Amino acid sequence: MSHQDTEDGWLLRVRSLTKVYGDPAETTLARTGPKFDSNICPDTGAIVAIAGIDFDLYPGEVLGVVGESGSGKSTLVQLLFFDQEATSGEVYLKSVDGGRTNLLTASHQRKRYMRNHLLGMVYQNPRDGLNFSFTSGGNIAEKLLMAGSFHVGRIRDRASYLLMQTEVPIQRMDETPSSFSGGMQQRVQISKAIANNPPLVFLDEVTSGLDVSVQAKVLDLIRRLQHELGISMIVVSHDLGVIRMLTDRTMVLKHGHIVEHGLTDQILQDPQHAYTQLLVSSLL
Amino acid sequence: MATILEVEDLHKEFKLHILGGKRIGALEAISFVMEEGEIIGLTGKSGAGKSTLMKCIYRTYLPSSGSIRLRTSDGGVADLATATEHDVLGVRKSEMTYCAQFLQAIPRVPAIEVVCETLRQRKPREDALRIARDCFVRLGLPEELWDAYPSTFSGGEQQRINISRAIIGQPRFLLVDEPTASLDLKTKDAVIDMMLELKAHGTSIILITHDEHTLRRMADRCLHLEAGRILQSVAV
Repeated sequence: MSHQDTEDGWLLRVRSLTKVYGDPAETTLARTGPKFDSNICPDTGAIVAIAGIDFDLYPGEVLGVVGESGSGKSTLVQLLFFDQEATSGEVYLKSVDGGRTNLLTASHQRKRYMRNHLLGMVYQNPRDGLNFSFTSGGNIAEKLLMAGSFHVGRIRDRASYLLMQTEVPIQRMDETPSSFSGGMQQRVQISKAIANNPPLVFLDEVTSGLDVSVQAKVLDLIRRLQHELGISMIVVSHDLGVIRMLTDRTMVLKHGHIVEHGLTDQILQDPQHAYTQLLVSSLL
Repeated sequence: MATILEVEDLHKEFKLHILGGKRIGALEAISFVMEEGEIIGLTGKSGAGKSTLMKCIYRTYLPSSGSIRLRTSDGGVADLATATEHDVLGVRKSEMTYCAQFLQAIPRVPAIEVVCETLRQRKPREDALRIARDCFVRLGLPEELWDAYPSTFSGGEQQRINISRAIIGQPRFLLVDEPTASLDLKTKDAVIDMMLELKAHGTSIILITHDEHTLRRMADRCLHLEAGRILQSVAV
């Protein structure tokens, strides 16, 4: 699908998305953020994880989210994947009720349906995305079962196909992920995330903690899958190299707010905000 | 002839927060009009603003003020200085290509794939491969390099990958920065011939070069920049 002039062409629309931990006062949002260099409310001590996040994601688009630890990057994708409940805001998916229903107000059952059928998530820590007491094949099967496949033979075929695609040796599909290397665990997690062919996948710091050559393999895999399947992605990373390699557009988060957004090459070569300039100039 | 690009009163300055908000002026009051199928050469000393102007047009740099109106192939007009990110991405995908001075390619992707990437969504894979190979042959890139990773290539070899990737998609509007630097005369002429063929098919080109030979053979006219301003517009 073309990006051009398609006001209506979005896949995911997010408006005023906000998450506050603790006890917010009416003044909390007005007294936190980059301007105050803090996300802790001076009145109540409530912590503003993210505040007033607005963006549209288009089909096939890869959006980067950068910022330092604690800037709210992971919270953002966890809210969108319904791992956590938002404090306020609106989230729309074009494929759900033609994009007219605010998904944050949907029932738990409906949210579970969307997680199982329309979304995928790859966490930084494979233990968050995989069940380590299941085999790697079993982990993928679990996702497929939840997405409504019940044919055992077909599930096994799909699992081995996905593991093959992500270069996990099929002979090891009946082992638990705990016996795998970090890079391989991550590839199993990616297989699981895309098992149900979701149009939208969230990737949260997926290469952090892997050594460079393994990191490279995981990134190559993500790029290849994105190209072949045309999946839309939100890529959260503090690594600008990952952002440069994978994304078209980038949002920069600080203290829970978007301080700058733009085309990824513009963010990297002509950053406008002081914080982005600091990030880019810190790049090795 | 139809106008393809109209730049009006374009300014660009960089504000460096890290240096206490220091401002560096880069472009001042740049205005010019470009006809479809024209090749405009940007000339001037290093630091005059040539690459900055080109990057503003491509939106790698965010213009400070002014407008950059591109007449798109569907007859509409996009002001690249203010267009939404999605609209700029759309224009980049369908009609505007930027060829930087040095190759920037995703690591661990073979040369032939780097070049085919441009055609991925437009042509069947076999056709894309054939076109890329033809391009490499014309530019004299040794066959044993086609499947190798460009990061290990020499400057001239990387440059040929860079050019191939930019011209293989026959863009409607091409921005090209020093395409013939680090090439021998024969290869240089091959590159120039290929870009002139694009022009013959209607491509409009903005060219930065310090090479007199390239400029003479390619440019219809030159905009000479000095300290961020257009000093004069001269026919070649």
